[in-house]
Amino acid sequence: MALVIRNGRVIDPASQTDRVADVRISGGKIAEVGTNLSAPGAEVFDASGMVVAPGLIDMHVHLREPGFEHAETIESGSRAAAAGGFTSICCMPNTKPINDSATVTSYIVERARRLAAVNVFPIGAITKGSGGEELAAIGAMKAAGAVAVSDDGQPVMNSRVMRRAMEFARSYGLPVIDHCEDLHLSAGGDMHEGRLSVRWGLRGIPAASEDVMVARDLVLAELTGARYHVAHISTRNAVAMVEYARRQGLAVTCEATPHHFSIIDEQMLPYDSNYKMKPPLRGECDRGAVVDGIVAGTVSAIATDHAPHAGSEKMQEFERCPFGIIGLETALALALEMLVHSGKITLNRMIELFTTGPEAVMRLGRGTLAPGVAGDVTIFSTDASWTYDVNQSQSRSRNSPFHGRTFRGGPVATIVNGDIVWRKA
Amino acid sequence: MPAGLLGIEELDRGAIEAILSRAKDFQPLQSQSLKKLDTLRGKMIVNLFYEASTRTRTSFEIAAKRMGADAVSITASASSVSKGESLVDTLNTLAAMRPDAIVMRHAASGAPHFLAQHLPTPIINAGDGTHEHPTQALLDARTILDRRATLEGLRVAIIGDIAHSRVARSNVHLLSKFGAEIVLCGPASLLPRELEQLAAGVRLTTDIREAIQNADVIMMLRVQLERQHEASFPANEYFQFYGLRLEHLDLAKPDAIVMHPGPINRGRELSSEVADFQRSVILNQVENGIAVRMAVLEQVIG
Repeated sequence: MALVIRNGRVIDPASQTDRVADVRISGGKIAEVGTNLSAPGAEVFDASGMVVAPGLIDMHVHLREPGFEHAETIESGSRAAAAGGFTSICCMPNTKPINDSATVTSYIVERARRLAAVNVFPIGAITKGSGGEELAAIGAMKAAGAVAVSDDGQPVMNSRVMRRAMEFARSYGLPVIDHCEDLHLSAGGDMHEGRLSVRWGLRGIPAASEDVMVARDLVLAELTGARYHVAHISTRNAVAMVEYARRQGLAVTCEATPHHFSIIDEQMLPYDSNYKMKPPLRGECDRGAVVDGIVAGTVSAIATDHAPHAGSEKMQEFERCPFGIIGLETALALALEMLVHSGKITLNRMIELFTTGPEAVMRLGRGTLAPGVAGDVTIFSTDASWTYDVNQSQSRSRNSPFHGRTFRGGPVATIVNGDIVWRKA
Repeated sequence: MPAGLLGIEELDRGAIEAILSRAKDFQPLQSQSLKKLDTLRGKMIVNLFYEASTRTRTSFEIAAKRMGADAVSITASASSVSKGESLVDTLNTLAAMRPDAIVMRHAASGAPHFLAQHLPTPIINAGDGTHEHPTQALLDARTILDRRATLEGLRVAIIGDIAHSRVARSNVHLLSKFGAEIVLCGPASLLPRELEQLAAGVRLTTDIREAIQNADVIMMLRVQLERQHEASFPANEYFQFYGLRLEHLDLAKPDAIVMHPGPINRGRELSSEVADFQRSVILNQVENGIAVRMAVLEQVIG
């Protein structure tokens, strides 16, 4: 069925569009953008006063299926994505079993096709079992639908293995995404190493553990010519090094999470595991550098690192709690608040960070409202006030530090392949 | 949150003074033949120790009994921890038995703070990980004040594995609130720079002689090998650089006292001569532990 989105402020960075217009979707694809479009019999969505953007892409989520369905499933995670305005999500391979083979990749693709509310694109593991030693079946996973490789959460410590992975991934045209953490420097750490870790008697994760790994990877990216992407960048030095590499012309990109550009360790509630994630919430100087990197264009994507954990897993001694927070439903609102309303970047630039930015890395063939492209559209408000209630989350998990926070602006409706899959109640 | 005692950091001077002064009232009791009061008669205290401890657990038990309360002690190995029960479930089970307070030691920093958010029972922190050990700082302050009129302006050297020491953190908070000068000293890898920001009046040095210079109080810490997750320092040369020996005491004030939270390792953090030195107050600390814990129990559940 056809759908016309009327009178919204259509912002499509890819075509440099920013005007009040209608968007017509037909046959699941964008048909045209224009004023007073005629569409007899089409469903009409009145987007007056709202922004109409290409469907947002989150290139870094954890859907926990297969293996950890008590915390999240492809279905529940994709519903959370839809409620957050995302039409496409890329899921990391740290499931059980690890997505290191075409079999697991195909399983995810098939489950998503049947159950997911949004488009789901799997990311394959770099090494078998993400064990860091033997390369996974990268080519076969690509053939089965994998769009990138990463050993997210269990970074490849062996530099020789990482070099081979980059060479191999390059030959298949896949980007290598690294969770940059020198596991020896961060061993046993629970939060950012700084004033508060010392005060609270918690072991620290030094910024240096990220910096060291980013430095190594950039050297290897130069050596191999691979497309290389830094996941959830969080330190001042890492941003500076990525900026340097990009200036040298390397095919290097990085993403920032909403929590890393929004809050810092000093805002943590003591021993509250909803503030425990990797990389940890850093200091103000690091947060500021991430924001500056977004402003300068060094950071080209916002990604949530949505990491659901069941309540019982997070209701433990801080040092025993797993790392990670959910983030799909608060990402757009945090970006509006911290980046746009604060005057750091324009609305157009923010939409780039959610669309063309991740698209350039993942090459999903989406992220624009050009005619013929999949009919993925996100409609959002920039000023409606709302309060996040994590207990109403579409996710199976509740681990968010943003519960109870009031936002200005957020998703209103999410359209995937021409269907309205979510609209604000 | 029920009123317990989680740490020194959140207490103000008045609250600390009240406990110290009440502890003074209980001191004479320790040398009487009849030592028992009935202030807390009918009250039930659970001592839940997730980490091995002889002196602190015994001290809390004796303190409870001298106040007339009933005390039950549970050690982790003998409880359902070994059956895989989570901390919250264990504590909820205990809380359902309606004790008046739970005294808890745990290897995870913040464990009692986390539980205090979810339990109706007051929790007294008997040491959490590398974070705080509030009753140790209180008994240390009581011990110093038995020999000095005030903490203000005193020079206190705390020497050893500061990074992993909850005793050091609690003492820093307490001493700082009363205007003492605190020098923290230890091997560089056990002395994170950020300690300087823990409280006002804190200075760091890796030189034991500099730390002891003109000190009124020398607090030695135990080398906590069980908390060393890595080889942070060459253990075989520790005593050579950070062990307290008699000749060091010449650098301190003539009436300086030597303290240690115990258990002491003769020949590792202090020489045997120093342990038996006449101005070593290690056993007074142990004795004051009971009086201070009586005062804390009375304040929390009395």
